[in-house]
Amino acid sequence: MPRVNMRQMRSKQSGTIAAITAAGELGRRIRDMGLVPGTRITVQGRAPLYDPVALRLMGFTLTLRNSEADYIDVEVDD
Amino acid sequence: MEAMIALAGNPNCGKTTLFNSLTGARQHVGNYPGVTVEKKEGIYRLNGHRFNIVDLPGTYSLTAYSLEEVVARDFLINEKPGVVINIVDASNLERNLYLTLQFIEMGMPVCIALNMIDMAYSRGIKIDHEALSRLLGVPVVPTMARSGQGKEDLIRAARQVLEKEGGRTELKISYGPDIDVGLDRMEAIIREADFMTDTYPSRWLALKYMESDEQIRCLGKQRDAQTAEKLEGIVQEVANHLQLTIDSFPEAIIADYRYGYIRSVLKQGVISYSGDRNRLFVSDKIDKVVVNRFAGPLIMLGVLLGLYHFTFTYSEVPVAWTEAMFGWLGGMVDTYMSDGLLKSMIISGVIDGVGGVLGFVPLIMFMFFGIAILEDSGYLARVAFMLDRVFRTFGLHGSSVMAFIVSGGIAGGCAVPGVMATRTLKSPRERLATLLTVPFMNCGAKLPVFALLVAAFFAEKEALMMFAITIVSWIGALLVAKLLRTTVIKGASTPFVMELPPYRLPTFKGLLIHTWERTWQYIKKAGTVILGISIILFALMTFPRLPTDQTAVFDAQREALRAAQPASIASEPDAAADGTDLSEAARAVHLQLLKIEAAEAEAALRHSIAGRVGTGLETLSRWAGLDWRTNIALVGGFAAKEVIVATLGTAYSLGAVDPEESRSLSETLARSPQWRPLTALSLIIFVMFYAPCFVSLVCIVREAGSWKWGLFSMVFNTILAFTLSVAVFQVGRLAGF
Ligand SMILES: Nc1nc2c(ncn2[C@@H]2O[C@H](COP(=O)(O)OP(=O)(O)OP(=O)(O)O)[C@@H](O)[C@H]2O)c(=O)[nH]1
Ligand SMILES: [Mg+2]
Repeated sequence: MPRVNMRQMRSKQSGTIAAITAAGELGRRIRDMGLVPGTRITVQGRAPLYDPVALRLMGFTLTLRNSEADYIDVEVDD
Repeated sequence: MEAMIALAGNPNCGKTTLFNSLTGARQHVGNYPGVTVEKKEGIYRLNGHRFNIVDLPGTYSLTAYSLEEVVARDFLINEKPGVVINIVDASNLERNLYLTLQFIEMGMPVCIALNMIDMAYSRGIKIDHEALSRLLGVPVVPTMARSGQGKEDLIRAARQVLEKEGGRTELKISYGPDIDVGLDRMEAIIREADFMTDTYPSRWLALKYMESDEQIRCLGKQRDAQTAEKLEGIVQEVANHLQLTIDSFPEAIIADYRYGYIRSVLKQGVISYSGDRNRLFVSDKIDKVVVNRFAGPLIMLGVLLGLYHFTFTYSEVPVAWTEAMFGWLGGMVDTYMSDGLLKSMIISGVIDGVGGVLGFVPLIMFMFFGIAILEDSGYLARVAFMLDRVFRTFGLHGSSVMAFIVSGGIAGGCAVPGVMATRTLKSPRERLATLLTVPFMNCGAKLPVFALLVAAFFAEKEALMMFAITIVSWIGALLVAKLLRTTVIKGASTPFVMELPPYRLPTFKGLLIHTWERTWQYIKKAGTVILGISIILFALMTFPRLPTDQTAVFDAQREALRAAQPASIASEPDAAADGTDLSEAARAVHLQLLKIEAAEAEAALRHSIAGRVGTGLETLSRWAGLDWRTNIALVGGFAAKEVIVATLGTAYSLGAVDPEESRSLSETLARSPQWRPLTALSLIIFVMFYAPCFVSLVCIVREAGSWKWGLFSMVFNTILAFTLSVAVFQVGRLAGF
């Protein structure tokens, strides 16, 4: 299972969160929303200007910018 | 029994819906996170007991992030409600329980409302609420806030929690050896020093220190700097150790363990799925199209244009009815009241003033209905998602989009809740830039001004004009935001992390309540504040009256006119009230008389205080093509924007050329020689951008935390508006319009 940065993920690609490298408030916010190591995510799509990105996790949809996705490492399925 | 019950939970889980259902209130509900930004209170009675229910803004965690979350957290921690009803979205249980866990850890008296149980069911999620209750040690009641189902059971469960006072045990989650040891050490220190234990449980305090909660740390420093330092020292120790051994930090590990705990609870038979858990739901299928890269923006513009088309097309007939009704009312007063100041006030001040504002009620209602559909369906959250990138370019944030829309970004809204809505913005700078630019949106009070002018001068292209007006106001707001963000409120952009709610089919009842609530507010405001201001303005437009030497001049003109005619013709117009046709010659005399009367009325209006102000400003306003009557209306508009239409109505009514034939204000304007499409355009631009109304200013001052920003938006916006409308008028004039 290759480990990539979330920004590099394709649309409809799934994976498992490997690490959140953000500290401080941003890190806390990301984790509060359920993005912790072990969470399964699928990239649902991106906004028309390619940013933000929409994720599917735990049965809900979360959107965040690519600059936030940079702090998230994912082990992708394929 | 009397007790306080707080409703808390994640954003958009149905807190306000439940609050409304319990208390009969009509607080704002919408399908996007961050609708409620202040606490609201209400009363619920059951079996002779009185419960004080408090609806709170949603929050994802007890370590608050944005301002409205701070409101919720501060309330829960400082006010210590008797019971906290934690509303949990059953279709999104895992994430929602993250906050629940923090409540339970803190030893709060919690009772869980497992809401949206219908939604979970339709998604094939089955929840064993009894098992969940057993595992968490708190009551769990399935509810459907929309229909009110389960609310009695919920309150009964809440009462049990209330009565169990004292016997609560805090849940102690293990966070792994390193952190646990640290927490134990800290707890011992806290207990020994009696460090803030009067307000907070000791373990929770230790945990908050470990999570580097800024607020608690600040408080701790103030209370007992020495102990605070000791605690921070231990946290640092643990952090260093974790950094070396597993390259992580305490708060990250705490979050991991919390989610781990939740997952282990859910796995113990609490939740089961039928069908594929990851299948695409209807909502996702809709999003495939609606936020598609190519279709998304087109749909967005199409929705806007469609809404305007719908509003203007279907409101045309009812607006004509209400106008006719006020015309008839004016006629009745005219016929049955004796001439005098009171009659003049009722006709010109009240009916032509406030009536002009009320005439637009049908249009406002249609617009609100359309917006309610967009809001309740969940579409607006998608708009914020799509526009975040654009907004960021201008120094704003995806969350600013909602504030813009609430303020009237779609036309019809209000800057006051719009300014409040900026509380969902985390960064003070982005928030300030947003709250200073939301007043440029086309609120429900500006809408009648635009509708009036568009109907008078661009009658064929109403929807398209409204669309253009909206676009111009957004561009203007964004450019001003950019200007502010590159000069006075510089600063980096902050993260955007937003939940997209699933689409929901709006309930018809919900839509009607929504529409009616806002329409009723519009009517109520017109009947109270606007009525009051209109009467004051009427007085200002009437006094001081023309001195006798000037009225004598007009009297002399009339006498001269009559004297020049044969007696039979001169007396004819006076007798014509019974409907007999006038002869050719008599009609000419009649017209002459009316002209004199109009000249007298105009002279009287100019002589009044308001008239003098308006005339005085004309030296400036002439550059923008605006006459002194409009100036009176615009000065009145500083108080409230509805006053603009009301005052124009009064001003043109007081100087009416033909009082017998009642014309609608838009017809009057369309026929007036001072008005042409370019003038209307210039006025539209001015009204769009000039000073926020008084109530908005108060709100801006409060939310921005300084009166300087209130003053700034008044002066800056007015100068900007004037510059723009002069530019529009002068360029248009040179281009031959
Ligand atoms: N299907 C379903 N929808 C519900 C239920 N309760 C609330 N809703 C919908 O959920 C959405 C959010 O409701 P609100 O009451 O505004 O949520 P809130 O928790 O007050 O949200 P914030 O104020 O933003 O924190 C609305 O569209 C409601 O109509 C329910 O029991 N079932
Ligand atoms: Mg709410």
